[in-house]
Amino acid sequence: MKKLLSLGAVSALALAAAPAFAQDVTITNARLVIGDGSEPIEGGTVVVAAGKVVYAGPASGAPAGGTSVDAKGAYVTPGIFATVTTLGLSDVSAVSETEDSRAAATPFSASLDAATGINPVSQHILVHRVAGVTRAATALSPTGSIFAGQGAIIDLDGDASPIVQARAFQMVDLSENGARLGGGSRPAAHALLRAALREAQALTGKPGLPQTTEITKDDEVLLSRFDAEALVPVVTGKQKLYVKAERASDIRAALALKGEFPALDLVLVGASEGWLVASEIAAAKVPVIANGLNDLPDTFEELGATQSNAGRLVRAGVKVAINAASLQNPRRLQQAAGNLVALNRLPGAAGLSWGQAFAAISSIPADISGMGGKAGVLKPGALGDVVIWTEDPLEAGAVPTQVFIGGIKQDLTNHQTRLRDRYKDLDESQRPEAYDW
Amino acid sequence: MFADTKWRARAGALATLASAIALIAGATVADAKERDKKKGKDEEVAEAPALAAIKADDPVYPSTYKPYPGVATAIRGATVYDGRGKTIENGVVFMSGGKITAVGGPDTPIPADITVLDGKGKFVTPGIIDIHSHLGDYPSPQVDAHSDGNEATSPTTPEVWAEHSVWPQDPGFGRALANGGITSLQILPGSANLMGGRSVTLKNVPARTMQGMKFPGAPYSMKMACGENPKRVYGSKGRMPSTRMGNLAVNRETWLAAIDYANDPKAKRDLAKETLVGVLKGEILIQNHCYRADEMALVLDMAKEMGYKVTAFHHAVEAYKIADLLRENDVCSAIWADWYGFKMESYDGILENAAFLQREGACVVIHSDDANDIQRLNQEAAKAQAAGQRLGIDITDATVIGWLTYNPAKAMGIEQQTGSLETGKMADVVLWNGDPLSVYSRPEKVWVDGALMFDALNPKTRPVSDFELGQPGEGDVK
Repeated sequence: MKKLLSLGAVSALALAAAPAFAQDVTITNARLVIGDGSEPIEGGTVVVAAGKVVYAGPASGAPAGGTSVDAKGAYVTPGIFATVTTLGLSDVSAVSETEDSRAAATPFSASLDAATGINPVSQHILVHRVAGVTRAATALSPTGSIFAGQGAIIDLDGDASPIVQARAFQMVDLSENGARLGGGSRPAAHALLRAALREAQALTGKPGLPQTTEITKDDEVLLSRFDAEALVPVVTGKQKLYVKAERASDIRAALALKGEFPALDLVLVGASEGWLVASEIAAAKVPVIANGLNDLPDTFEELGATQSNAGRLVRAGVKVAINAASLQNPRRLQQAAGNLVALNRLPGAAGLSWGQAFAAISSIPADISGMGGKAGVLKPGALGDVVIWTEDPLEAGAVPTQVFIGGIKQDLTNHQTRLRDRYKDLDESQRPEAYDW
Repeated sequence: MFADTKWRARAGALATLASAIALIAGATVADAKERDKKKGKDEEVAEAPALAAIKADDPVYPSTYKPYPGVATAIRGATVYDGRGKTIENGVVFMSGGKITAVGGPDTPIPADITVLDGKGKFVTPGIIDIHSHLGDYPSPQVDAHSDGNEATSPTTPEVWAEHSVWPQDPGFGRALANGGITSLQILPGSANLMGGRSVTLKNVPARTMQGMKFPGAPYSMKMACGENPKRVYGSKGRMPSTRMGNLAVNRETWLAAIDYANDPKAKRDLAKETLVGVLKGEILIQNHCYRADEMALVLDMAKEMGYKVTAFHHAVEAYKIADLLRENDVCSAIWADWYGFKMESYDGILENAAFLQREGACVVIHSDDANDIQRLNQEAAKAQAAGQRLGIDITDATVIGWLTYNPAKAMGIEQQTGSLETGKMADVVLWNGDPLSVYSRPEKVWVDGALMFDALNPKTRPVSDFELGQPGEGDVK
């Protein structure tokens, strides 16, 4: 059995009450993970002041300051940065009334803005906070168009302002699913994409009311003037364009878009067959949010899927984050990263080092999201998102004992922990369970 | 429940009627053979040729699985989890002739002329068993043409058999073997229907036909489903059931009709009712998809009302709320470690479900229902174990391995043959390259009936399905 630290092992002395403001904190005796790809530092110290990291490294160089927390040798890491997720956009995905990541009936597409729908106290946010996720790229799902709309970067502290950056990226689906949404074929999707980007180009530098013509088919609006307007920052490279693509040829087609629209700031999402075109992706300097463990030909666009995809891409020089959307839920990101480390002991497979794997769920997704140096990493100036863990955070059973977001110690209760507490025993001899709360 | 005596009476009546029926059609082969013995030369001309299906109780679509050749092998020096809660440090597992020959400590005698593997730093478990899979019925690639898991045209279809949908070329079988150490698995119909049909238990060996995988002697189960899925699927078609009370009503009517059938000596063969009667006779097990605690309690009462037993509740995310009831009724809970919140009836999923069940003394099975998770059932179990440990519920590693081996074998009715490392049982064995409850460990070797079906150190032992030949990534490490 792997030895876990019990919840009580980490001193909660000075942190029993959780003030809703940033407190200066010094965490000592940490197995410290910077998150930048380096391996853990034994006996490390993290100092957070005014909500920001001011020091992370060996104890010897640490400045004094704030409340002291003895990690007692536990792993201390930056918070996990989950990308791509729908955190905050739904309560129960199969209960359509609660589901705001999909909107098949809207006439709008690219202009949709995830930031307008985030519920900062969604149970999914609270559950994932307890799993060590502190920030997330949350995205709309393409349902009515190849354009999903604009995703947001959020924090998971549950306060009134979850939006770290609104409209951080646009998402377009050029996978099999996108072909269907675009009218039924890949050429149809590509034609719509090009038409939309050209409309956006035509609007560039023309502020004011949108002037473009709508693109319609059979009374259906494929691209409204507002959607074309929303693509102006994409075509000018001011907003990232996340492109969903799995098949090697679809990835090539996505990379080729830069030939026609040179300013595009592309990010590939999915890329199950990325390893087959790894050198081309590397040469194009396009980062990949890769499906972590998919190894089945679930579709004809994933025939080459393998768990070694991420490792092979990294070896080719590609910047790789793990795609939370390819997992049962985003709280499995650390487990997926651990599995990629395990591949190193499998002959013929390409894995990641421990440090690389952790970076693929922390600093790299943050960097891809435009938050390089600000999130997913414990370096001076970064946001004070710090997690203390029960055990090696890449083990499947690992959970945080303490979570700080922006220097604020987080409450770790939610619907699930309350159910857990209620059903610790089934004794109803005096009162029904409903009175146990 | 129908009276057992009446069942026998029916069989007797059938026998006396055999010759009469034979003249029409529908008599059995056995009946025909019996008749052949009696008939004299002068009868031959008068006898019309009989058309007959094999009798209902005789095996059909029988297993053609035969263990593949293996060599007598011993693993020495590994940590051994026997599947029934026992740990042997520095243990020996010896298999020969397709069976477990010996399991014990370092002094366990092994012959000199066999293959001996050094298990130092490694772990040995029984082959992993997934009680809830749709591999073959919902294979990869998941195109509509492959969607063969739900006969969603009637709320009760006990007459369909999952084995008749299994596509043995599903690449998922090979992934489950190589990455998950899966040696046996139960393929269930989906949950669109209240009664989805019969399951099939397979040995996880590549085969050209389903019969080549079919687990010899495994009992059938019938899949049932509570809750949202049946009422949604049929309610949306304007049919009953559209509510949970409708679910129960349709189930009860169906059981009553089956009892009438069983008691009717003149009843014509009915595939649906044959399955249901098999359940009532205790020959076919019930695997019941059911998330909510209150619905599981209703199902247990329905089973009492009709006279059958529920063997396992699947996807039982709320099992922890009625762990006592499940223990008292001797029902296993087949569960995920961390799925929650994706549908209303999964809203109360918690990480501690398995640990709470174990503490109450109820049976825990970790299942996948998923072509990806089946490759990591060991990790799912580790998650559930860790959740318990944080609350001070210490469950030994050896017990946790039982959630993936002996317990599912028991709930599938194959615990006499497999599911634990005990002398005389099938040599279904996994050698892990490290602690199987760690994310960093993978199966190094997997034996099915003593045949080495996967060896991580030998690329040619990776099974490649027909579908994968000549395609990107053929034979790649997956």
